[in-house]
Amino acid sequence: MTDPCQIRAEALRLRDTFAEQGAQVVECAILQPAETLLDLYGEDIRTRAYVSNDPARGEIMLRPDFTVPVVQMHMTHGATPARYTYAGEVFRRQEDNPERPSEYLQVGYEVFDSSDPAAADAEVFATLYNALGDITLRAATGDLSILSAAVAGLRTSDARKTALTRHLWRPRRFRDLLDRYAGIKPVPKTRTTLLAESNPLGHSFEDIGLRSQSEVAARIETLRADAINDPISTIELDLLNALLKVRETCPVALEKLRDIAIDLPSISGAVDGLARRIEAMAMRDLPLDQIGFEASYGRTTMEYYGGFVFGLTAKKHPGLPALATGGRYDALCARLAPGGVGIPAVGGVLRPDILLQTRGSAA
Amino acid sequence: MTIKLGVPSKGRLMEKTFAWFAVRGVHLSRTGSDREYAGAVTGVDGIDLVLMSAAEIPRELAAGRIHLGVTGTDLVQEKLVGWEQRVKPFAELGFGYADLILAVPKAWVDVDTLDDLDGAAAAFRAQHGFRMRIATKYHRLVRGYLHAAGVADYQLVDSQGATEGTVKNLTAEAIADITSTGETLRANHLKILQDPPVLRSQATLFKSRNALVTGSDRNALDVLLSKIE
Repeated sequence: MTDPCQIRAEALRLRDTFAEQGAQVVECAILQPAETLLDLYGEDIRTRAYVSNDPARGEIMLRPDFTVPVVQMHMTHGATPARYTYAGEVFRRQEDNPERPSEYLQVGYEVFDSSDPAAADAEVFATLYNALGDITLRAATGDLSILSAAVAGLRTSDARKTALTRHLWRPRRFRDLLDRYAGIKPVPKTRTTLLAESNPLGHSFEDIGLRSQSEVAARIETLRADAINDPISTIELDLLNALLKVRETCPVALEKLRDIAIDLPSISGAVDGLARRIEAMAMRDLPLDQIGFEASYGRTTMEYYGGFVFGLTAKKHPGLPALATGGRYDALCARLAPGGVGIPAVGGVLRPDILLQTRGSAA
Repeated sequence: MTIKLGVPSKGRLMEKTFAWFAVRGVHLSRTGSDREYAGAVTGVDGIDLVLMSAAEIPRELAAGRIHLGVTGTDLVQEKLVGWEQRVKPFAELGFGYADLILAVPKAWVDVDTLDDLDGAAAAFRAQHGFRMRIATKYHRLVRGYLHAAGVADYQLVDSQGATEGTVKNLTAEAIADITSTGETLRANHLKILQDPPVLRSQATLFKSRNALVTGSDRNALDVLLSKIE
């Protein structure tokens, strides 16, 4: 175990480095209202965060990360553009990995700046990457806006696109839906039976609960409309599969995606965005041929990170948690903003405990 | 020290457990007044009968305060994180069958599967502005099950009893609960989703992996286990 005093000293040192680069140092409350986080992440957050009960305030959570409180603080007090840094504990339940710490320090760097997204992405990535300069890193990046664009461009109904987009961060369910829409997986038998009925609402069951019969009728209408859709074509499905499989160094990935975009023009805009980011990263002298790009990166763990995402791990310690993770969370800001109009934001966090552990065992 | 055997303190589960052991030559009985939770064991020496709530038996097994205990698979899996590392199922007793299931109003003719539930939950949240509520006391099991199925836009609300009534009382839209015959569900205008249940449970004799067994206790435990194997 590394000495906790050393970890704290390293956390503050890193935070001060970010402050010297122009970020404003901020503090956030450890006790957060559970409602906001539950509304954002649903029940799954309960498996990751500690929930407690306050007789006066209701359910509260020990902050599982700084992102939400920093966004809220910025929306209340901040003026865009802004750069923030912080260092403090986060608390995570570790049901599946009880050997991992459930309380640890994070140092963050967050940028709220709408002027040049590609430059802001590159700035955050480079800031964290350079802070870990003495460690040999495995760097992985991704960009979910490319997959979103591909879904939006499918030749199918808006309802199907909405359903697929809703499950972008649940890859297995996404795949199930996609296979059903492509006619590879059969429609459930209960569904065909229901749709074959001329008057499905002509039943004598007691109408109980908040979900009304008109809501049931509306969903049946949606299902009927869906049933007459043509299946998503094999060509489109193959292109989507090829896209999901892209896993190369940044320059090679860009080339492959440009090839795919010839047949799948809907992703062209998003691929241009990737090109601009790679260019911005090159201007910061990052070793692009050592930085990976995976089209599916961040799909299981980073809900609301809808664009650029990244993770940095120590090459010699693949079993350790990532040294740094981050990405663009415009979607999170939009969800938290009163009118749904968010502020473009990108940020990342470092784990000083993992950093010292890596250094201690000679990276 | 003695070997401690935990058995549910009340009702049919206790009687059937006593009967199951009696067939195997181990006689369990309650002693003292009807209201006193004390028991005796004849047929094997060195065994203490501990009568306690079935819901507390998993915790006592995991802590190693009892060596053996009879309780439902549902309670063990809900209450113990990493249950396989803490207790070992020794024998399924063949009674106390119950499935942990998800149920929705029968009037939801458009919902038969988890796929439907997910679709209905999305529409419900858009319409009502909050996540569809599922009432249960089996939070961990249900959450894990719905996560694996990719169901989104729901929330669990705690219900420690009369869960089948929550939909009519407008405190939940759907429920997840234990059922054996489904009668209570039907009486409350609910139907079970057609997917495999969250869990199939029955009364099971569990052995603690953490309880200390020393000296003569080893012998008592071996004799008991050889009789009921």
